[in-house]
Amino acid sequence: MTRFLLPIFVLAALVALLVVGLNRDPSYVPSPLLGKQAPAFSLPRLDDPARTLSNRDLGGDVALLNVWATWCSGCRQEHPYLMELSRTADVRIFSLNWKDDPDLARQWLQTLGNPYAATGVDQDGRVAIDWGVYGAPETFLVDAAGKVLYKHIAPLTSEVWQKEFMPRIRQARGQRP
Amino acid sequence: MSSAGLRPWAVALLLVLAATSVRAIDQEPPLPDPERQALYERLTHEVRCLVCQNQTVADSTAPLAADLRREIYAMVAEGRSEEDIKTFLLDRYGDFVLYKPRFLFSTALLWLAPGLLLLAGAAAIGVVVRRRAALPADQDADENPPAGTGSGA
Repeated sequence: MTRFLLPIFVLAALVALLVVGLNRDPSYVPSPLLGKQAPAFSLPRLDDPARTLSNRDLGGDVALLNVWATWCSGCRQEHPYLMELSRTADVRIFSLNWKDDPDLARQWLQTLGNPYAATGVDQDGRVAIDWGVYGAPETFLVDAAGKVLYKHIAPLTSEVWQKEFMPRIRQARGQRP
Repeated sequence: MSSAGLRPWAVALLLVLAATSVRAIDQEPPLPDPERQALYERLTHEVRCLVCQNQTVADSTAPLAADLRREIYAMVAEGRSEEDIKTFLLDRYGDFVLYKPRFLFSTALLWLAPGLLLLAGAAAIGVVVRRRAALPADQDADENPPAGTGSGA
């Protein structure tokens, strides 16, 4: 009996390993920032370079930090949903304009609409490295005390918003998740 | 060896081979201290480009890889230690950023699997050899008739 059971057991273990392994997305890199304090930054604002956007501006309540650029096609795809969120969701959306031409970025917001409370210009990508950004669009959820609660890589959709963001936002605000 | 003896195809081949050692990715001059320059080169060959995941940042032309090279270059030039620079990257991008991951609970299987598989294979061979040795000689011959003799049922 064991003569047959052992190979079957080994095969089953291998199949289980491959099923789990092949269903994972190798391009998804989990962020080591989750649960940690958001990295400090201070950047010139897109609308007025004399003013700055810093990580302290995010505090006080939960906030989103969206990383985008005009060269990023996923960002364009995501933009209408961000506009919708800025009208319907009770959450402030900040953004990081990543390795972009500020003139093009301003033009983008003028033509497509501006869903952001404020945008910081990260032209050389230094702040993005501190945040572990590797592919726009990325959206971070930060709580009132500046702790990173969640990171979404890829365009935001209402499905992701309902499933991943809303429960965490309610919980962070002390509401029922 | 005169160049007159070289065929055109040989010249072309030499040019192609010579080009592979040219590193035109960065404009930065090499660091004055050769040891530091070696550290910079070692690190950029160990760090994964997260946009194009099967390349190191030394190989990739992606803008993020260029940014990471610039950061690593600056830290090496500042005299920061290898450990320090790796910690900087791990804090931001996690273990995946290093091609040679650290030995942790989550990476233990990755590191130990080859050894474990080798031991399992050796154990299996040992068991088979012992079983075969324990069999009477004639039974063994019965199971594996030598080619050509044909025991015929």
